[in-house]
Amino acid sequence: MYDIIIIGAGVIGASIARELAKYELKTLVLEKNSDVGDETSSANSAIVHSGYDPHPGTLKAELNVLGNEMFTKVCEDLDVEFKRIGSLTVATNLEEADTLTKLYQNGLENGLENGRDIEMVCQSKLREMEPFITKKAIKALYAKNAGIVNPFELVVALMENAIDNGVELKLNEEVIAIRRKEDSYYVKTANKEYQTRVVVNCAGVHSDLINNLVCEKKEEIKPRKGEYYVLDHFPSEYIRHTLFSVPSSKGKGVLVSPTTHGNYLIGPSSEFVSAKDDKATDTLTLKEVINQAYRLVDNIPMQYVIRQFSGLRAYHDSNDFVINCPERGFINLLGIQSPGLASSPAIALKAVELIKNELSKFDISLIENQSFNPKRRPLYRLNNLTIEERQALIEKDPRFGKMVCRCEKVSLGEVVDCIHRSCGARTVKGVKKRVRPGFGKCQGGFCEPLILKILSEELGKNPLDIKYANPNSYILLEDSYKESKEEK
Amino acid sequence: MKKYDLIIVGGGSAGLAAAVAAYDNGTTNILIIEKDQYLGGILLQCIHNGFGLHEFKEELAGPEYAQKFIDLINERNIKYLVNTMVLEIKKPIDQSEIIVEYSSLEEGYVECIAKAVVCATGCSERTRGAISIPGSRPSGIMTAGLAQRYLNIEGYLVGKKIFILGSGDIGLIMARRMTLAGAKVIGVAELMPYSNGLNRNIVQCLNDYNIPLYLHHTVKEIIGKDRIEKVVICPVDDNLNFIEGKEMVFDCDTLLLSVGLIPNNPLLEAIGVKIHPRTKGPIVNENLETSIKGIFACGNSLHVHDLVDFVSQEGRLAGINASNYVKGLLDKEDKGNEIAIEAKNGIGYCLPTTTNVNSLSKTTLKFRVTKPYKNVYVNIKLNGESIKRIKKLYLLPAEMENVQLNNLDLSMIDLNNDLKMTVEVEE
Repeated sequence: MYDIIIIGAGVIGASIARELAKYELKTLVLEKNSDVGDETSSANSAIVHSGYDPHPGTLKAELNVLGNEMFTKVCEDLDVEFKRIGSLTVATNLEEADTLTKLYQNGLENGLENGRDIEMVCQSKLREMEPFITKKAIKALYAKNAGIVNPFELVVALMENAIDNGVELKLNEEVIAIRRKEDSYYVKTANKEYQTRVVVNCAGVHSDLINNLVCEKKEEIKPRKGEYYVLDHFPSEYIRHTLFSVPSSKGKGVLVSPTTHGNYLIGPSSEFVSAKDDKATDTLTLKEVINQAYRLVDNIPMQYVIRQFSGLRAYHDSNDFVINCPERGFINLLGIQSPGLASSPAIALKAVELIKNELSKFDISLIENQSFNPKRRPLYRLNNLTIEERQALIEKDPRFGKMVCRCEKVSLGEVVDCIHRSCGARTVKGVKKRVRPGFGKCQGGFCEPLILKILSEELGKNPLDIKYANPNSYILLEDSYKESKEEK
Repeated sequence: MKKYDLIIVGGGSAGLAAAVAAYDNGTTNILIIEKDQYLGGILLQCIHNGFGLHEFKEELAGPEYAQKFIDLINERNIKYLVNTMVLEIKKPIDQSEIIVEYSSLEEGYVECIAKAVVCATGCSERTRGAISIPGSRPSGIMTAGLAQRYLNIEGYLVGKKIFILGSGDIGLIMARRMTLAGAKVIGVAELMPYSNGLNRNIVQCLNDYNIPLYLHHTVKEIIGKDRIEKVVICPVDDNLNFIEGKEMVFDCDTLLLSVGLIPNNPLLEAIGVKIHPRTKGPIVNENLETSIKGIFACGNSLHVHDLVDFVSQEGRLAGINASNYVKGLLDKEDKGNEIAIEAKNGIGYCLPTTTNVNSLSKTTLKFRVTKPYKNVYVNIKLNGESIKRIKKLYLLPAEMENVQLNNLDLSMIDLNNDLKMTVEVEE
């Protein structure tokens, strides 16, 4: 019997799991994919938004501003890459400049401070700050408190820390039914049924389905797709801040932003789709993304394009976060789209308040977990070390000397480490998300066979059983020399 | 810090030829650094034959060709490291020496010094992302070279119902190889109205196995959730836009990509070596020296070759020049006026990008055309005057052309002026 079952191990599920690990509770996280953070949490703009954008008075406004503030500490504790590089929302005509003023007022109303968090910058200052900005730019809203985060790392780190502090995680466990009997919920997956007092629904674009398994009040989450281009990192200068167009009714519009690893993201588009697993990209949509991006910069070095991807926003008709408790012991987190990532630490606090309340109905009061350690063991990050530090590390473990990824310069030691941590990598994509081989220009062309081999050796599995991501995403179909290998 | 006269980055066909040539030219304090487990580079996974017709006057398999050069390295006791990756090349300003940093399991992170460096780091295959193939993102979409490595080195078949996009040589070779390994190759689609592979590969790898080649077609959509299940192929018009309504859907479990190769030069780009906008390799002079003195480039990291024999030739040239640089001979030459070389009409690129009046006779121009031509002339002009005109029955983008700049007619040209050479196709 669990106290809490969290359905979905995205950034919201993982944040809540870690928050709950601070108490003496039996918490289980069920994730349908073979890794955490494989859906919306790993296919977004990776921006920690400032908080000037949401309408004052909404949950989005409250939690974005608070969540943004909390990010520094979360990422420090968990050793997650996070940089407050600031964002510039760029006006190119007078009408847009008017909207900027409204946004700025919005920001103040939402609790941001002029000068500390946000300020307006004039054309000349803008050009100085961002030489690559479009010549058409006349003014910008500078949000100093906006940042970029490594979203893959964040979800893994949150979950790793939660597990290290006592939370259980089960992967490849898709919830297919939930029944309520007396004071318990029975959560059924293809493999097993789990009993719990409280269910927390963090299933993202699928959270309506989970809600509808239990609650009388039916919900609908409409997946809204966003498509992106990824540019490789390159040595010459390019943009330094996250650049936004002035938002319209269709959302925040296309952005151009550096990532924490020096790549650049261009996107997203915004289109409702019918299927909750539709992650296809489309030539025309991506063309339009580029057209939109030209409102921000005059030059897009398309020769550095290395990838396209799309993610699904969990759109709810309220156009706000919905964090509620529609049935006893059942907590919903619906409509967590942008600024969901930025708000995630604050969303977790809000959810825990509701969970506390539900548990109190069982006469369970929360006792602090005295042994809770908020820190995650830091990653090795060889690329950030001096030559001397690197040599000292190799002295201890020569595997840090053996390089396996030439694009992103990743060592064998780092790959092995990311496999053996709590919430360790089990798949090629899992390794990629944790320590980056496959993120570079060759997109795994050189390193994939090496990563596959390391996974098979470290996990004691046949190479045929090492998958790219989910169980059906095999890489190798057949051992073509099985007989001769067996003879050996 | 260990000191070498010459460090060669990359132990493939270009690097090995460079090492042997530099050694035989009298520079013996050489280190070759190879990232993989063995010397030989990509040749080791090319187990088909057809290598060495120019170099050895016989048809060899890739590993056999490589072994011939590995033997030459071993005979000379040239020092090499395998399983070792070069992570940085640095050239401090005001210093003639170059710092090379590498890392390996055995030695850890090491800094060493070289008087000259030859970069022979090969090329990478263009990926799905680089050409923006639309559709969903399942597994089973990979470059042909990766599938080749899995099959020929690791011993695994990646799929049994294969579609191939791109008619580059690796794709054609893999069409045959996968067929022989028991897979069904459904077809090959090529965006252009002509093949990008060598004609002999079209005949021997597709026609001999009745594998259809769809020219002027490309992938319109990928279907499949976790693993690719179907590929939608569509013809394109002259502007390379899809012709709607003409789609064909093929069931498959694998899509191999053979859509071009790009020189691999992260080390050179990081230190600001000037990169050629067309080849994506460094720009070089007639000695194959890059824009940074003492750093030479050759093989597929300079520009993509279709025959390994030419890679070896180029490697030798880089090796000898690097050796002469180490000996201080290159700087002593009286070169005469510099000549800028430019590709024009119908020529995609031309290397080297500069030469000198006194170096003309030892300069070989290498270039590719942008589309197929029949019965044309290649006209090489200096300051607008034709200095060499060569008749060509065929010119194909898939085949690199070599023209040696000897027997030139320079009578009409004032060699003391600014000089610009152009290479163009004359129809």
